[in-house]
Amino acid sequence: MNYETVIGLEVHVELATNSKIFCSCSAHSFGTDPNEHVCPACCGMPGMLPVVNKRVVDFGMKAGMMLNCDINRVTTFDKKSYYYPDLPAAYQTTQWFAPVAVNGLVEIETSKGKKGVRIKQIHMEEDAGKLVHDIREDTTHVDFNRTSVPLIEIVSQPDLSSAEEVEAYLERLKTLLRYAKVAECEMAHGTMRCDVNLSVRPEGSDKLGVRAEMKNMNSIEAIKRAIEYETARHIDAIENGTEVLRQETRRWDDIKGKSYAMRTKETAGDYRYFPDPNVMPVVIDDEWFDSVKDSLPEFPEVKREKYISLGLSEYDATRLADSIAIAECFEDAFKVCNNAKEAANWVISDVTRVLNAKGMTYEQLTLSGKALGELINLVLDSKVSRANAKKILDALFEDESLDPVKYAEENDLVMSNDTGLVDKVIAEVIASDPKAVADFKGGKEKAIMALFGKCMKQLKGNVDPQTLRTMLIEAINKL
Amino acid sequence: MYTLKLETAAKARVVADDMILTKGVATAAGSKMLQGFESLFSSEALTRLENAGYGLCGKSRVGEFALDLMGETAFDGALVVDGVLKNGAAEVLSAKEADVALCLDVNGSCRRAAAQSGLISIKPTYGTVSRYGTVPVACSGETVSLMADSVEAVKKALAVVVGHDDKDGTSQSEALCDSVLKNDGTVKRVAVLKNMLVSIDADVKANIESAIEDLKKNGIEVEEIEGGNIAAAKVAWNILMCAEMCNNVSRYDGVKYGHRAQEFSNLDELYMNSRTEGFGSFLKTAIIFGSETLSTDNYMKVYDKALRTRRIIVDEFNKLFGEFDAVLMPAVSKSAYTVKDIENDKFMAFNENFYTAPASISGLPAVVSGGVQLVGKAFSENKLLTVAKLLAKEGK
Repeated sequence: MNYETVIGLEVHVELATNSKIFCSCSAHSFGTDPNEHVCPACCGMPGMLPVVNKRVVDFGMKAGMMLNCDINRVTTFDKKSYYYPDLPAAYQTTQWFAPVAVNGLVEIETSKGKKGVRIKQIHMEEDAGKLVHDIREDTTHVDFNRTSVPLIEIVSQPDLSSAEEVEAYLERLKTLLRYAKVAECEMAHGTMRCDVNLSVRPEGSDKLGVRAEMKNMNSIEAIKRAIEYETARHIDAIENGTEVLRQETRRWDDIKGKSYAMRTKETAGDYRYFPDPNVMPVVIDDEWFDSVKDSLPEFPEVKREKYISLGLSEYDATRLADSIAIAECFEDAFKVCNNAKEAANWVISDVTRVLNAKGMTYEQLTLSGKALGELINLVLDSKVSRANAKKILDALFEDESLDPVKYAEENDLVMSNDTGLVDKVIAEVIASDPKAVADFKGGKEKAIMALFGKCMKQLKGNVDPQTLRTMLIEAINKL
Repeated sequence: MYTLKLETAAKARVVADDMILTKGVATAAGSKMLQGFESLFSSEALTRLENAGYGLCGKSRVGEFALDLMGETAFDGALVVDGVLKNGAAEVLSAKEADVALCLDVNGSCRRAAAQSGLISIKPTYGTVSRYGTVPVACSGETVSLMADSVEAVKKALAVVVGHDDKDGTSQSEALCDSVLKNDGTVKRVAVLKNMLVSIDADVKANIESAIEDLKKNGIEVEEIEGGNIAAAKVAWNILMCAEMCNNVSRYDGVKYGHRAQEFSNLDELYMNSRTEGFGSFLKTAIIFGSETLSTDNYMKVYDKALRTRRIIVDEFNKLFGEFDAVLMPAVSKSAYTVKDIENDKFMAFNENFYTAPASISGLPAVVSGGVQLVGKAFSENKLLTVAKLLAKEGK
């Protein structure tokens, strides 16, 4: 019998606000010392009251709009109770009754074509802290830096059916949320985490199978492996009766390549949700709604079409539009140099080369597109050679505030328009290496390269290679 | 009567009950769980009083998380004088050791204390005094309140503590807070709710009758009417209050601060043993009740209905305020609670709050004066204080 896998995802995304959701502590917890960004509020001390960070609601709405959701104009916060040492107040403030966004749709594309994935809801909530186990001392330490860092949880309907679709869906979420600049979405940093709900049923059946839930997956590769393992485990159980499937939460061990049962539904705690009386319902009036709507970026598809209409290939247009950082760098460069093809080439090949060399992602790109455009102009105006322009690009990566024109001048990287100087250097080089000159004249065309190289070196690369070559050959021929 | 007596050189002395957090001065909230707990910050209301020249002269005793009748659940024992239960703050005021008391009114204990001690108290409109820096119990209704032996002293302190506070998300706007002491104080008609007069003893009945007399003498029309669903406030408030309390005291788990059990072999035991030792039996019962009302099975059947009841009560009050300036009702069933009362009914607080719950659940302002209670429209504190002045036993 053929089976189909039914997958729904719950994706937690850390919102990129400066401060936490209910207090003014910094929300940037990655790479800080433990308990550096804490206050009595996010430590759950008695007497502190939550005050909603409006930016979090802005970001929640933006995320909802990017994923084609309806925005709840009155959205409320609720308390979810459970005990764990990383949850200082023993409750998490989340959205249970009226989440900020509902009923969305995200389009994904896989080898099987396009498909819509329905979004059930997006809700805003606070993150929990972290437990750090110290094996040597046999103790556990609590770090509250991450408590109350704002999150959204994006809950999909069970519309996904393969690891490939899940990957496409997650990539699409990343692209859209990064476009809206609401989140970093870096699984390796923990700013995107994923719970996978999976069941298996006979193909064509409309009844869902027994669901397994895998929590806190933090890499796409691990998710893909887990889906494949779980699918096989479920089919094995159905076909061969190897085990009785139960609705349960499972932990995926990526090193062993296996999942383990954590708790069944029967033993799961009751979260006792109720409206948080300390947080007034957030009322989103037309003015607020419109201001967020107006701040939305163009969708990647719109940018892609725009780039194609500028004369770029479909491949180039797609590569540029895949990342908002790259797209914006291209657009800013294009604005300055007005040459789409050049700007695209520089971004796709040279900028990418430097990023790769530095081990940076597209999203970490801070290069000013305007500066890149100015650099491109220097090349197009034959003021700087391509080789030297690449050196300037490297320098721009080191110091974003650099002015490429000034930098070229100060570092002697401007092409010489002084043909007298070029003539003089050529004459000197010819005089210094009569053997190469004789070889060239005798038909060894390669001999010219040694002479060319010496000239280039003396001129510090500040000459158009083609011009130099022509002038050099002319000079030799005149001898 | 004190948990801690402090020296102050200030002319105006304030005693804060032990629900009010005070930086550097321990706040136990009547619970062994928080014995010796020192907050890193002070209550906003207290800070405002201190900035206005008041000096903190002590912390007064409260029952565990201010949930009980009259301090009988305090971890260090009830305050009993001649077999009668006494409220710490009221005793400090009666001894003239403070000019005003700052209290957190969770379940009406400060209003009961004022009614039985012949003091004046005001529970202002919800959101007009910041709850920042108060031990959270039943956040949807609890209010920072004032108590003193004169209307003037209450009013003077009220003017200091009301005001918008950015640190409290439920704080009203500055304009609305401001209006509390600017709104018209004229009182023409007062309603007496017949179904709120049940189970009262002769002393309380006499206080009500004398209050009606005083009002009439001053040209105020008094009308006895049926109270409708306002009398259902107690049941709904007990549900909301216990549920919120259960959630709020979850934070005391022995991990970060407060009481930690000596004996435990794993995390669950650390939680259970610390909480078993740290909380008293009255509170534990309330926790279990609150927890049950929020369970998935009971939420719609119980908690959601209590929320709807709150809405109905607010609506009924507001309808009354279309015709009346204030509503008169008792604050207590009897003029004193004895130790015997509590021995007979450990949970008397959840019954006796029949009189205080209407104002607690609705967030409406209430004053106690002359042993009776008046509930007013939101932001009508001035009207209530006008009546309080007429009813005050001072100088009589």
